[in-house]
Amino acid sequence: MAEAQTGGRSTIGREAALRGFGPGAMALAALPLVLLAAMVYVFAIWGSALVGPAPVPPDALGKLDIERVTFRPGEIGVQVVNSGPAELTVAQVLVNEAIWSFAIDPQPTIPRLGRATVSIPYPWLEGEPHAIRLITSNGLVFKKDVAIAAPTPEPEPLFFLVFALLGLYVGVVPVYLGLLWFPVMRRFGRGAMDFALALTAGLLVFLGLDAVHEALDLAGRVPGPFQGFGLVGIGLIGAFLALVAVGRRTVGAQSGRSEAQRRLALAYLIAAGIGLHNLGEGLAIGAAYAIGELALGAFLVIGFTIHNTTEGFGIVAPVARHGAALRHLAALGLLAGGPTILGTWLGGFTYSDIWATLFLAVGAGAIFQVVFEIARLPGREGPGWLAMPANFAGLLAGMLIMYVTGLLVAA
Amino acid sequence: MASGEALKSLLTRALSRRTLLRGGLGLGALGSLAAAGCTPLRAAGGVVAAQDGAHALHAMAQGYTQTAGILMGLPPEAPEPTWDATTPMDILTAYDYGRETKLPNGKTLREYTLIAEETEVEVAKGVTYPAWTYNGTVPGPTLRCAEGDRLKVYFHNKSRHPHTIHFHGIHPANMDGVFEQVPPGGSYVYEFEAEPFGVFLYHCHTMPVKKHVEKGLYGAFIVDPPTPRPPAKELVMVMNGFDTDVDGENEFYTVNGIANYFVDHPIPLKIGEPVRLYLVNVLEFDLINSFHLHGNVFKLYRTGTSLSSYEVTDTVMLCQGERCILEFTYKLPGKYMFHAHQSEFSELGWMGFFDVKA
Repeated sequence: MAEAQTGGRSTIGREAALRGFGPGAMALAALPLVLLAAMVYVFAIWGSALVGPAPVPPDALGKLDIERVTFRPGEIGVQVVNSGPAELTVAQVLVNEAIWSFAIDPQPTIPRLGRATVSIPYPWLEGEPHAIRLITSNGLVFKKDVAIAAPTPEPEPLFFLVFALLGLYVGVVPVYLGLLWFPVMRRFGRGAMDFALALTAGLLVFLGLDAVHEALDLAGRVPGPFQGFGLVGIGLIGAFLALVAVGRRTVGAQSGRSEAQRRLALAYLIAAGIGLHNLGEGLAIGAAYAIGELALGAFLVIGFTIHNTTEGFGIVAPVARHGAALRHLAALGLLAGGPTILGTWLGGFTYSDIWATLFLAVGAGAIFQVVFEIARLPGREGPGWLAMPANFAGLLAGMLIMYVTGLLVAA
Repeated sequence: MASGEALKSLLTRALSRRTLLRGGLGLGALGSLAAAGCTPLRAAGGVVAAQDGAHALHAMAQGYTQTAGILMGLPPEAPEPTWDATTPMDILTAYDYGRETKLPNGKTLREYTLIAEETEVEVAKGVTYPAWTYNGTVPGPTLRCAEGDRLKVYFHNKSRHPHTIHFHGIHPANMDGVFEQVPPGGSYVYEFEAEPFGVFLYHCHTMPVKKHVEKGLYGAFIVDPPTPRPPAKELVMVMNGFDTDVDGENEFYTVNGIANYFVDHPIPLKIGEPVRLYLVNVLEFDLINSFHLHGNVFKLYRTGTSLSSYEVTDTVMLCQGERCILEFTYKLPGKYMFHAHQSEFSELGWMGFFDVKA
């Protein structure tokens, strides 16, 4: 590794680099780690004795997060994670203010960051609110109120189909509809094309901001130790930089490809970014549908369809001038829209705030990277072209289009 | 500048007020020293006692004053506590009659020892609660005596907070457990004649009273009539609740301390056997509680202060602190439920079964 990194340097530099990783240096590098391990060991053995008694015993500050409540015939399932500083034991379960029998898997005592599933044989009523209370051996009460009980979809063929259709309507169909602008765009002159690209950038900026907002929203629901905000940072920056690296090899000026190839690569990048974003969107839709929050689904689907049609437009804009084979257009649509279906499955059957937060952040990072690529594309000498009045108007128009079509989703 | 001056004068006044209070505390400490020799000290009320009633009570709860009769440590003449009940089933039939001796005037003297301490108690299967207890259980010992008995209750406070015992019934004002706050490590001897007969309760009356009662400082107090009631299987049920997460609402409702205990351990009864149930309601937070008997009716004696029954019914409602005596006999065998007729209480632990056999 060291050799590979220093391969281009002078012999002296190379020797110095090698000498730097001799046994002595290795020991020096390990020293802080050894001391750290020793300190951790001492604290683990002596505990709080080293800092004096805690003002409040850790288990009094315990916290259980109820991540998911499932409703199956005659049974309520509760997925719980211990997000507090100490292990906790679930001793009693109340449903709608009544002590109820329950089973807990794998065991009633949940270690820090551990998980368990509580099964309650309860004759729940569809459409009614249900209040779940877990009481620990030290008397703490952890609550989850389900506004409307609805049967939890099982991963069976029918529901796979239902979710696939949902993803198809919301993600795949709109993207392909947008792709149909391709023939029209082929007739655009340079100026119109730049405007279209600026418009695309605007659409994507809005989409990215929206995804960041959703990710941060969800991050607030992520149990404390899992650091929702940190997850957003990792997803956002990780996805952005990873795609920048990919972009440099494919779209970048030094990649030695033709202009047409670079633009096609950009289209694929945009499709991939939108696809990642749609995965997160699908997750949210699937989860909402699963817990009955999409009861007025049809209206929402209409909104998403109109909203997402703009995504297809964004994908084909870079390749309009040079043209693209039909198979590429088909692949682009699938790459951008397909993940929606995957997302609805994941969200519908195994929803988790943690994963949804990460996915949404990754989607946002991917989209911002695409905006970055678009900004660098036409003039190749920098993003200055976006500041020209016409193009700037395009950018703003893109954001406004998203805003207006977004009004439909908010219903 | 003018406002700065005003602030300064305000601070000075606040300071002098604090100094005054500290002076009061000093006086109290002197009093404790003198009292350590187990000589009841007739000290004048502290500085703060001169203020209006509620202020004085708050101040006393914080130990600012020295009050007559407070001793340090348990007096050596106090009997050993005999209360050894641990389960709700034990508490159902356990009575503390105290150490019984005859006085020169022919009357019976009963001496009890109650010790306030901090104890972890189980309030539902697997759930413990950091309670404040008299003699280690919630409810505390069922103190029993007959009308006219002379009672001496040696109360020793082994907890970290001031406490008292406030008995319901007739007694002198200084035996009422309101003004004579017993500090940690302190003791007080309650002495009075038991009257009238009936079923009463006792509980801590230190402010905030709600906190001191909800934490578990209470018990049943039965005064028998001079001529005992006819023989029967006698049971004591103290209805209470526990707020385990300290949100001002009960998580569990129980009789004798553990939710659903008598569902898992039905109370055995015999067909034709007369049953007398002493029922005490010490529920906090919820204004009323009730008792409903399945498959039967009972004679109701409100507060047990009369020997003639008030009515024959199957359900009785009791306010916080209210008591009654129930008498009934089962004719037919089987398992019969009893519970609060507030379903939300019964399904949170206040229910049980009588198992009636031939």
